[in-house]
Formats: sequence, C-alpha cells, structure tokens
Amino acid sequence: MAVTVSIPTILRTHTGGEKTVEASGTTLSEVIDNLDANHGGIKARLVKEGTLHRFVNVYVNDEDVRFAGGLEAAVSDGDNVTILPAVAGG
Amino acid sequence: MVAHARRDHPDEACGVIAGAEGSDRPERFIPMLNAARSPTFYEFDSADLLKLYREMDANDEVPVVVYHSHTATEAYPSRTDVSYASEPDAHYVLVSTRDPDTDEVRSFRIVDGEIAEEPVEIVPEYEPSANVLPE
Repeated sequence: MAVTVSIPTILRTHTGGEKTVEASGTTLSEVIDNLDANHGGIKARLVKEGTLHRFVNVYVNDEDVRFAGGLEAAVSDGDNVTILPAVAGG
Repeated sequence: MVAHARRDHPDEACGVIAGAEGSDRPERFIPMLNAARSPTFYEFDSADLLKLYREMDANDEVPVVVYHSHTATEAYPSRTDVSYASEPDAHYVLVSTRDPDTDEVRSFRIVDGEIAEEPVEIVPEYEPSANVLPE
C-alpha cells in the first residue's frame, strides 16, 4: 500500500528537504512507522503517548484523521497523507 | 491586519499574508476564521488550514506572515504562541486591540522556542521584484 505523504517545512529536516515522500501502510499508524524507518525521528514529532500530537493536523486525502479514527485511520493505496502544523496560539 | 483585529474584537483574530516562496515578501492578505472564537485563544479551522496550504502550494507561496491579535494584553507572543509556532521562516505578527485608540503591531521570529523581535516597516507599495522586468 503506497501512499504519498506531504511534509511541512518544519519536518523537512527529517526528509532531506523533500516536500513529499512515499510511505506504506494500511493505517496511519503503520504509515508513520514506515516513515520513521526511512526518516528517523519523524514519529516522535507526530505521536506522543500513543496519540497524535496536538500541535499537528494529519489528513488522509481531505479528511482530518481526528474525525476518522486518529492513528487507526484507514489508508488505501494511492491516498495522500498531508501533515500540517496546527496554526494556533493564545 | 489591524482592521481585522478590531472587527473581531473582543475575540482574537488571525490570518496569514502569503508571498512567493523565497521572496520574504508578504503580498496576499488572507484573513482566517478563528475556529476557537475566543478572547484568549485562536486556531485556524482544520479544513480551512488544509485548503489554505493547498492553495499556497499551488501558487508556490508560503505563509510569509502569520498574524493574530491579543485582546487584553500587549502585542508580544504568549507561551502558548511559542509552543505552537512551527513556521521557522514566518514573521509572527501580533496586533493588540487592548486600547481602542492605539494601534500596536509588532513582529517576531519564533524558532526553537526563542522569540526575536524585528522591526516593522510599513511601505505604501513594494518595489517591483528584481527578477520581474517592467513591461
């Protein structure tokens, strides 16, 4: 199951500057593990204590995974996974 | 930015000014909805955020400025602002609306948790880019 993952500026240090990378998996969790195997350290920037970090938004195609099962969100061959830092503050 | 902040007061207002990647020139003003609708917190709506970044990507733009307002405190990044700041190349502009008669606008870089203030220069218009030949 190959998917395309869009990487935000702040995480491109893990991908050698690449804006998009390929990864595989049938759930978001598997995709992130696969990403981390090839781009060490990226998982720690996305996942904290078994859930997605509140500072990042992750989308499978157009859907925010928070509304689609979080890390267990299903991912299909050819899907686009987009990672974006939340724009928020106080 | 100030007009947007005044309009949304007493809630915080937020948005970006996009510009060509690598230009460091904010040119396209995009006010965003504060999904939190709060006087002490702001957050871009998640669907709006995706749409915004897709649009900027398609235009080869980046968020040159990320702005938001503080409604009762100074125009200086809060601890929450610093913890969320994740565009190392952006200018974080803060507008305070605490005083209806005084406009407070300040700009900062926020990188790795460090705040660095920078001067704001207001220009009537930009010089044409060096790499764009006049017609």
